[in-house]
Amino acid sequence: MDIRAQVSSVFHLDKCIGCHTCSIACKNLWTDRRGNEYMWWNNVETKPGTGYPTKWEDQEKYRGGWERAGSQLRLKQGGKASTFGKIFHNPDLPTMDDYYEPFTFKYADLTNAPAGTDQPTARPVSMVSGKPMKIEAGPNWDDDLSGSTVYAANDPGVIELSKEQQQQLFAIEKMVMFHLPRICNHCSNAACVASCPSGAIYKRGEDGIVLINQDKCRGWRMCVSACPYKKTYYGWATGKSEKCILCYPRQEAGEAPACFHSCVGRIRYLGVLLYDADRIEATALKADAELTAAQREMILDPFDPGVIKAAREGGLADQIIEAAQASPVYKFVKQWGIALPLHPEFRTLPMLFYVPPLLPVLSSKNQGTQKIGDDFFTSLEQARLPLKYLAGLFAGGNEEEVKAVYRRLIAVRMQRRAESVGDLSEAELLNARELSGLSREALDAIFRMTSLTRIKERIQVPPMLREQAIEAGMETDEYQQGMGFGSRKAPKRRW
Amino acid sequence: MADMILFAVFPYVALALAIGVGIYRYCIDRYSYSSQSSQFLESKALFWGSLPWHYAILLILIAHFLAFLVPAGWGTLLGSPARLVFLEITGMALGITTMIALTILIFRRIINPRVNAVTSNIDWLLLAALLLQVASGVYIAISLRWGGLWYVHTVSPWLWSLVKLNPQIDYLASLPGIVQLHAVNAFLLVAIFPFSRLVHVVSIPLGYLSRPYQVVIWYRQRRSN
Repeated sequence: MDIRAQVSSVFHLDKCIGCHTCSIACKNLWTDRRGNEYMWWNNVETKPGTGYPTKWEDQEKYRGGWERAGSQLRLKQGGKASTFGKIFHNPDLPTMDDYYEPFTFKYADLTNAPAGTDQPTARPVSMVSGKPMKIEAGPNWDDDLSGSTVYAANDPGVIELSKEQQQQLFAIEKMVMFHLPRICNHCSNAACVASCPSGAIYKRGEDGIVLINQDKCRGWRMCVSACPYKKTYYGWATGKSEKCILCYPRQEAGEAPACFHSCVGRIRYLGVLLYDADRIEATALKADAELTAAQREMILDPFDPGVIKAAREGGLADQIIEAAQASPVYKFVKQWGIALPLHPEFRTLPMLFYVPPLLPVLSSKNQGTQKIGDDFFTSLEQARLPLKYLAGLFAGGNEEEVKAVYRRLIAVRMQRRAESVGDLSEAELLNARELSGLSREALDAIFRMTSLTRIKERIQVPPMLREQAIEAGMETDEYQQGMGFGSRKAPKRRW
Repeated sequence: MADMILFAVFPYVALALAIGVGIYRYCIDRYSYSSQSSQFLESKALFWGSLPWHYAILLILIAHFLAFLVPAGWGTLLGSPARLVFLEITGMALGITTMIALTILIFRRIINPRVNAVTSNIDWLLLAALLLQVASGVYIAISLRWGGLWYVHTVSPWLWSLVKLNPQIDYLASLPGIVQLHAVNAFLLVAIFPFSRLVHVVSIPLGYLSRPYQVVIWYRQRRSN
């Protein structure tokens, strides 16, 4: 057993209102430089929809992630020798047109235009070339456009559905959508790390954050095509790839990452998970439908004395084990089993989990007035958003995984309804609890964690043990003299 | 005097710049040590330019280096008419490939507004020098039959005299102007190398082939280093 700690997160999709505050917080902090305008380390997509970059989920187009080659894993874009042969031109690299060309407007024209009979207009200009351009896409171009024949109908998950299911999905009175905020998943089996010819991308051992060493990056762009989530971006002005850093400088100061901190819907949870790094490859090799369960297996119980012992022997600090025990992410993913990874079939073992959205799922009948206790199963079968679509997003096509989550989420609602409205019988509640496999206490705990907790409970930034990192790199008294006032070098004369 | 400066002094200046500035830039500004790819901004024309350019120019450079390093062996290789014709035809095909590919790359930088926006003055200088180099090379191949007959007796000894720190400019001074241009421009490219995005030629990621897929860095690893 090789136990590693991972700063991991859960996004509760039922609570996401699609306000993009997270995206803006991130943009203002990290990517408002030339060459990075088009990058959205955090973006919010409307599902069904084609997303950003367009149709990123379609790996026949982008060739990201891993595939099984016999008993081994191979990058879908090709093995090492093949990657090496593509360094003069990467055929799988998306271009700016797959994202969008960043634009601004010539606002000065509004005030500088000579007097005339026409209203002056501010023409759009490219932020790359500065030349006038036609705006054809933007970072959230299909925002809230479910049902669109251009966007939602081309969602790779929707294309998989039957004709009837598609028609049902796009019937105007049954239109359904939800928001999907996405950041880097800081995967355990990261494809970007594996694809980097320069070896510039690495996973931090202590917290699992995946970073790109900007001095080692030579701009081969293999990570951009290898990441199936398209969460590494090429900075066209600097010639370097950049990605979400999970705000590690904020975390090292005890603060929540900016997108977590600013989240209006309070959908984001952060905490440490312990997992067995020896099992990474075996887990990533499972069949599509087994991947979600296998990844859950890989995550270890931080209360198990055997795990604690092995973690200590592996060099994990006691504070980290304590943080893992307090982690809300562990509760969502393992204890309650209501958070699933996004597209596990890409086999990167993403360490960001989603509570799938329940609200649009129920109530396709009777204008949404069906009784919640009735038809515990049929309500799922007749869901407005087909289970197959959700299983394609969160469970490698395994509908049973998604169903199990929904039974638990419905059980929480039934228990709350029984308490606040009181129109459900004890027998119905018992049935719901049995089907969900969760106790009354667990259902109450889910309710509490979902709706009542404050930021310090939702976001448990672990002790990042900076003192250990500093000791590893330099003498502490040297550090003391050198740091502060934004200075990175000791204030010392060299000549 | 001009010959002295061009054929005896300038090569050393170029090499000194390449090594000195190259190392200096690697040490103090490693961030900038890459080709700054523009494939993200434009991919199709780059495919038709970059791929043939790189493979063809690499093979041509290898031929140049072999003829310089092992002139005797190279001479023997060209000894048989069949081999000579084969190498001349291959060389001509590669030379013309580089010309076409480089022209595509240059026009791409002129025409495409996005790629144009990320092209600096040193890039234009570099492209002009490269075009001059492959054009003069192909011209020499056509008009002087590649130098198959004279390269190993003239250019090769001149280069070796430079290596031995005893420059013999007579070898080059007696050659046609176009060959002299090709030789001096080659050293101009060496001189431009550390100041331009040409630095990427020394960043071949060979380590990738032998390293494990996943890279994990621990603080305690850093300490033990």
